[in-house]
Amino acid sequence: MDSLMGQVWAEVLTLGNLWWVGFTVVCILLVAVPVLLGMAMTTWFERKILGWMHLRHGPMYVGWFGLLQPFADAIKLMTKEYFIPEKSNKLMFLLAPVMIFVPALLAWAVIPLGPSPLPAIPELGLEAGAQMVVADINLGVLYLLAVSSLGVYGILLAGWASNSKYPFLGAVRSGAQMVSYEVSLGLIVLSVVVLAGSMNLVQIVEAQRGMWFLIPAFPAFIMFLVSILAECNRHPFDLPEAEAELVAGYNTEYSSMGFALFFLGEYIAMITMSAFTAILFLGGWLPPLDIAPLNWLPGVFWLALKIIAVLFFMIWCRGTLPRYRYDQLMRLGWKVFLPLSLAWLILTATVVKIYGNFGV
Amino acid sequence: MIQYLLFWLFAGGMLGGAGLIVLGRNPMVGVLGMLLTFVHAAALFILLGAEFLGLLMIMVYVGAIAVMFLFVLMTIDLDFGTLREGFAPYLPLGLLLVLALAAELLVAVYASGLPKEVMIVNGDDVQNIVQLGRVLFTDYVVPFQTAGLILLTAMIGAIVLTHRPRSDVRRQDVGMQIFRAKVDAMVKVSPAVGAGVKPVHWTPKSVAKKAKKS
Repeated sequence: MDSLMGQVWAEVLTLGNLWWVGFTVVCILLVAVPVLLGMAMTTWFERKILGWMHLRHGPMYVGWFGLLQPFADAIKLMTKEYFIPEKSNKLMFLLAPVMIFVPALLAWAVIPLGPSPLPAIPELGLEAGAQMVVADINLGVLYLLAVSSLGVYGILLAGWASNSKYPFLGAVRSGAQMVSYEVSLGLIVLSVVVLAGSMNLVQIVEAQRGMWFLIPAFPAFIMFLVSILAECNRHPFDLPEAEAELVAGYNTEYSSMGFALFFLGEYIAMITMSAFTAILFLGGWLPPLDIAPLNWLPGVFWLALKIIAVLFFMIWCRGTLPRYRYDQLMRLGWKVFLPLSLAWLILTATVVKIYGNFGV
Repeated sequence: MIQYLLFWLFAGGMLGGAGLIVLGRNPMVGVLGMLLTFVHAAALFILLGAEFLGLLMIMVYVGAIAVMFLFVLMTIDLDFGTLREGFAPYLPLGLLLVLALAAELLVAVYASGLPKEVMIVNGDDVQNIVQLGRVLFTDYVVPFQTAGLILLTAMIGAIVLTHRPRSDVRRQDVGMQIFRAKVDAMVKVSPAVGAGVKPVHWTPKSVAKKAKKS
């Protein structure tokens, strides 16, 4: 046994393996740090856009145009007291915010960021047009759905562990909501997978070289946009945190960084779902037209632009629509979106069977 | 070799999770242990080259079934003290059951002489979802469809058993709400200067229509 363990360690701790682990850690940081920064800027973006929609200025005192406001908020939240209610379940109370935050960030492992704009560096094993993605797996779509379905646990546990009525009601609502909309979300994604003929996110984007799936799958795109609002607990479906009825929903008892982690998780989930929309329907990192001045820009730029466009849509909805009633939300999910997305999947499958898909 | 290390890690995590289910004092800890078990089982599937089964495991068991468990546990009134009663008398029976099941499984695995891989990769198709689909819809199409029909029957049965018409509940008529027009809800008056608003006896148009019909 001893020698076996030694053998295992000798084979695991080789220079090649260590190099691979180090390189992967750098890759993860290269994706995670911009996402976290993007999340901070999304809060600023949301407050600024909402401000303008309300004929206000929005944040404008910290930094130019209030650009440093998110960092000021972060410092404020970090220095506040972390309060744990006496009657709460301590372990789960502390675990819940982490369980929201981690899956939201995990999803970024499979999101392709486009071909690398850097020149080839043979010493590092980098090719010129290599795809920038932490893990290029064949079932990227399924991985994204699986990871995004983990987020519901954080909310459910937060509500339960707080041992308080309002957070509990918020958590139950949110759980029901996220599980219901996952069904139609999965069916819509499946119709896009049928259209592209692959579950690999890179190949789904490559299949859109001729035409973005926005055009052939327009009804699915609309349903997807509405579903991601519900999946991220955003307006007009933000019933879990309906402040008028539930005080604040599942996060009522949280303070300081625990409270901030919920928002980190929510905003990262928003960015993740926007990126998912961009990849499935808006051509990912591809420029709108494959002509000279547009395709000079690196793919990451186009992907970021599309993510921002979808984020704007989400914030726009928040500024425009009143909150749905709970029974309306459930009715929309189960009685409207589920049959419609199922019908769309069958229609897409039939058409693909007759005319073939966009596969590469 | 690194696979062995990962296997020990995942198998250990799975056993730890299973231990939590049985030994956790709080049923919520039990559900968390179940989560741990499912995720590690999915990781083992992926390690065996069956990434589709692994991700499906997370989606179905973690994303739906365990959520349902959590829901039920959250909404029932639990008394943690009485839950632990009678643990000792049932322990030998439980252990016996576990041993019997484990023995059956081991005998089945060793007697069948099956290859140890979960997915048998053949052909040049790298995506095992394609291979799985090919097998499911050719060789096993009848059992597959039958399983689907059985599940559908179970679903309809559950709905029929639990659904009962209730006359004491007021329901929302969404169609009526959507097609409610401005003329149904408000009346505009322009009072003469100095005269004030005269009382208007006004019935909404929809009500008036109904009254006319009957």
